Amino acid sequence: MEWFDLTVVTGSLPEFWRGLWMTLHLTGIALIIGFGFAVPLSIARVSKNPWVSAPVRAYTYFFRGTPMLVQLLLVYYGIGQSEWMQQMWEAGNPFWLLFRDAYFCALLAFSLNTCAYQLEMFAGAIRNTPNGEVEAAKAMGMTRSTALRRIILPSALRRALPPFSNEVILMLQGSAIASAVTLVDLTGAARNVYSRHYAPFEAFIFAGLLYLVVTFVLVGLFRVAENRWLAHLQPRRSASDAKKN
Amino acid sequence: MDALIEYSPSLLAGAWVTLQVAILSLMLAVGTGLLGAACKLSRLAPLRWWSALYTTVVRGVPDLVMMLLVFYGGQVLLNQVSDYLEWEMIELNAFAAGVLTIGFIFGAYFTETFRGAFQAVPAGQMEAGRAYGMSGWQTFWRVLFPQMLRYALPGMGNNWLVLLKSTAIVSMIGLSDMTWLADQAGRSTHQPFTFYLAVCVLYLAMTSVSNAVLQRLERRYNVGVREANV
Amino acid sequence: MKKVLLLSALLALSSFGLSAKEWTEIRMASEGAYPPFNETGSDGALKGFDIDIGNALCTEMKAKCTWVKQEWDGMIPALIARKFDAIVASMSITEERKAKVDFTNKYYASPVVLIAKTGSPLRPELASLKGRKVAVQRGTVSDNFATKYWAGKGVEIVRYAKQDEAYLDLKSGRVDATFADYWEAYGGFLTKPEGSGYSIAGDQYFGKNAEERAVIGEGIGIAVRKKDQDLKAQLNKALAALRTSGKYDEIRKKYFPMDIYGN
Repeated sequence: MEWFDLTVVTGSLPEFWRGLWMTLHLTGIALIIGFGFAVPLSIARVSKNPWVSAPVRAYTYFFRGTPMLVQLLLVYYGIGQSEWMQQMWEAGNPFWLLFRDAYFCALLAFSLNTCAYQLEMFAGAIRNTPNGEVEAAKAMGMTRSTALRRIILPSALRRALPPFSNEVILMLQGSAIASAVTLVDLTGAARNVYSRHYAPFEAFIFAGLLYLVVTFVLVGLFRVAENRWLAHLQPRRSASDAKKN
Repeated sequence: MDALIEYSPSLLAGAWVTLQVAILSLMLAVGTGLLGAACKLSRLAPLRWWSALYTTVVRGVPDLVMMLLVFYGGQVLLNQVSDYLEWEMIELNAFAAGVLTIGFIFGAYFTETFRGAFQAVPAGQMEAGRAYGMSGWQTFWRVLFPQMLRYALPGMGNNWLVLLKSTAIVSMIGLSDMTWLADQAGRSTHQPFTFYLAVCVLYLAMTSVSNAVLQRLERRYNVGVREANV
Repeated sequence: MKKVLLLSALLALSSFGLSAKEWTEIRMASEGAYPPFNETGSDGALKGFDIDIGNALCTEMKAKCTWVKQEWDGMIPALIARKFDAIVASMSITEERKAKVDFTNKYYASPVVLIAKTGSPLRPELASLKGRKVAVQRGTVSDNFATKYWAGKGVEIVRYAKQDEAYLDLKSGRVDATFADYWEAYGGFLTKPEGSGYSIAGDQYFGKNAEERAVIGEGIGIAVRKKDQDLKAQLNKALAALRTSGKYDEIRKKYFPMDIYGN
């Protein structure tokens, strides 16, 4: 039995490329949005004022404690099917109409999820800022916000680079669930090819290979970035193998 | 609310399926992880290559893609093997496919955790064991392994929490876990929000209990180890 | 224990040797998300027209039936992979599928229809659907038809794993119409409270030429593996018996007031 029919793959290449492109921009945009919110929220997270830190903590507790698939279904079907939302759509409210779009729903769920993980990562790095750096900033007469902007954040974000690269790769893998809400990402394309040709090996192994290649490229890019920005920490760097979903 | 009460037995049965998948996958992953770590630290180069290939592939391919491959493709392979050996057919259902895939994936993460932990045990400990006249196996079992476990515990805890959440994707190959049942109930009752939220609460309960247990375990395994006071 | 094993091995071998096997145990598969033909009850068990027909067939054949729940996507591969022996899941008999599996005679006939808001000007034609979003269930005849004749020609085909999800998104306005099996749409949506305000746009569609009819199929049958000709013959015989004994109509009346078998 010829268990790998290459013509199934070659015949569906355009579909695979379109899926790959969808995976890349969906993951990329979600990571950027997540990053944009994670930085200010990480400062709130380390605040000594519980009124500031507690809501952020509750947010990360929810989003890090539940599967991203359920979060996605909650946004797409849960919110989308509520009576109230449907009335908003009937009324043509432009903001709520966004929720009608599967791409927007996936982007929202993925951004919220990655923001929660990035935020805790940055908060951890801020907490681990060597005390000497903070003291030196004070001695220079910097205000708290100046020290945060010029000393603490740049140093913390650099140190968060290894876990951040890990998060980027996990988001790439995690985005495979987008096909659960009708989006044709790389996994979605593979599922369509599979159901058309009943060819599980061709469809899923080829998709897996494409994911593998993208992962390799990302790992390489991050290695370059770490050599550039973390050179001063090199001997003390420890490999982190944390995984999240 | 009435709908939630009507479907709660079904949802709880689904939670039990989720837990079963998670626990069985964990056992498989720990076993695979120990084996993988042994290969990574082995003196035999081919073993090191294989384990490196294993952890790289797992890190680079989404769990959903792997699960779809195992579920839809695995049975075809299994049939060819059983036909060849003239065995009765071996069935690979959604439950088995889910446990095998999640166990296989997390085996790679446990491999890294155990490898790091084995390396963290000071070499002097092994030398001391040998100096006492213990055999290679005895030093491993009595000296290296228990100490390794202490170093591995935080990583293992983290892996477990992630594994627990990954079980949700078994619903995408049709296993009636709590996510699948919530999906079904949400559609039948037209209250998907309520049911997905209920699943979130159940997952939060599971992760919270796990966190509490892990903290207690870590404290227990760290008895006799002074924490650095900076 | 050893004796039992040996005995069962012997039995397995002997049954293998027989040319026509008498099927006494049949594993039937359905999807459980295609009301009223098959759906999942609050207790998690399968129910619906397909299930009732399957059980009646088993009673007729004096066989023991077990039900397996299977996602639609993987239905045919799973049958070939011997995860179960028969698909009783409202599967249309099409040329494409016949290349992989065998079908019994039809147990009901079903055209495809386009469903949209009542009064919608949409019709199941390319010109009418240009620029619109049409929902289909992945891997169904509607999907095959839409993919072949509409996709890439200005109609956006949105594929769902389950037909139920397509209705949800039709209602919420995420798609303009759904292209689906007529009786499923009738019993699973149009006659239910959630389907009010929606109706069939245009006519029931059987295909306007031989090529289209080959895609849409010639009715709904039970799929079995190609090598299980004995099972197919047994099922056909039992199906004919259900039709003559009136048992078929008795089951049908539970779900539909009118004939769905066709002629």
